[in-house]
Amino acid sequence: MIKKILSFSVLFIFLIALQVLVLNNIQLGGYLNPYLYVLFILVLPFDTPKWLLLILAFALGLGVDLFSSTMGMHTMALVFMAFLRPIILKIIAPRDGYDANQKPGVQDFDFRWYLIYASVLTFAHHFILFYLEVFRFSDFFFTFSKVIVSSGFTILLLLVGQLFTYNSQAKR
Amino acid sequence: MRNLLGFLSRNSFFLLFLLLEGIAAFLLFQNNRYQRSEFLNSSNAATGSFYQMVNNATQYFELADINEQLAAENALLRSQLTGSKIEIFGKNFIINDTVYQQLYSYNEATVISNTVNKANNYITLDKGTLAGVKEGMGVIGPQGIVGIVKTVSTRFSSVMTVLHSQSKISVKLKDQRYLGSLVWDGKDYQYGQLIDIPKNASIMLGDTIISSGYSSIFPSGINLATITNIEKPEGNNFYAITVKFINDFNKIEKVYVVKNVLREEQDEVEKASREEDNND
Repeated sequence: MIKKILSFSVLFIFLIALQVLVLNNIQLGGYLNPYLYVLFILVLPFDTPKWLLLILAFALGLGVDLFSSTMGMHTMALVFMAFLRPIILKIIAPRDGYDANQKPGVQDFDFRWYLIYASVLTFAHHFILFYLEVFRFSDFFFTFSKVIVSSGFTILLLLVGQLFTYNSQAKR
Repeated sequence: MRNLLGFLSRNSFFLLFLLLEGIAAFLLFQNNRYQRSEFLNSSNAATGSFYQMVNNATQYFELADINEQLAAENALLRSQLTGSKIEIFGKNFIINDTVYQQLYSYNEATVISNTVNKANNYITLDKGTLAGVKEGMGVIGPQGIVGIVKTVSTRFSSVMTVLHSQSKISVKLKDQRYLGSLVWDGKDYQYGQLIDIPKNASIMLGDTIISSGYSSIFPSGINLATITNIEKPEGNNFYAITVKFINDFNKIEKVYVVKNVLREEQDEVEKASREEDNND
């Protein structure tokens, strides 16, 4: 348990650093801003209490906000995503439910499950974030294209990350 | 009462969600309206010194570019020195300059954090009130206007760049008297929009626009951008002009904070005349 908490704390700090130092500087024609820190909410174990999920999302969002001078924006988007997570998990649950020692990843479930899980949540997060950022609906489709391209890229990064943790020997 | 407690415990997840979103929304709007939550932005001392640390490491990679820019500027300034001018009146000539007085003074600063891909972009500078930086001062780079100082702490300051939805810079066409405003639509960081130029102005692609100097924030005559596209929309009297910034906002590293020495005097006069209007 202690080991688990420690490893998630390291991941928490690593994701903030990766976001503000590397990913915030990526841009292609103003379209592409990946926000990989959503990974933290995706990898939390299934038996995480729901309230802890929200608190962690709040803390992580605030951390990213502090370093990007965007007070509240990332926090709102990430808390919303954490709120959606239990609902999405319930909708796409396998027949026999979730096991406490399973991890939400390609390892324990099939690829299709993970793709739906990750892309719905990532898209919801990016959607809220980009519209909060421009704070108007006048350029609706321009902002929407930013949402699509950026969440596509974030999902691609998430899937690449899954490849690193995938271990074909341990497949049940 | 028991019903209330029951309701609270049944919906605790949703209520916690609402509470946290409420706090986040509060932070968002607080920050949008005042832009001066000194605790929680990047001019805050803790995050500021963190960025300073990172910048100390990364700025080495850009030294070549910076050197080139500064050398070009030095060459320009050197050409204006008396040493590079010819003496027309011989040695015995005393200049007692009562025609010119210092209006703007410049303070060098380094950019330690920068964005260009957001809808509202800010940069953080490594100089604060200790170096004489104040809210509302202009910031220019070697290749044009950068922005206006928004928030200042003792050692850092946060600058709203031209790439901001609320940024509006008073400009004019070089060699013409038409005044316009330079704004940014939030799309491509290399291109801005020039508005308020009447349709009877004769403009051409490639024309340069310069700062007007009327705002008393920036000196006049700084080259800012060149015209790349001209449209004549139906139904109003103004051009819709797209311009390309001369400044590459993605690469700014060394900037100057502009102090207008006579600003207080100018503001006082303008305020006095406005008050007179109100009294009429």
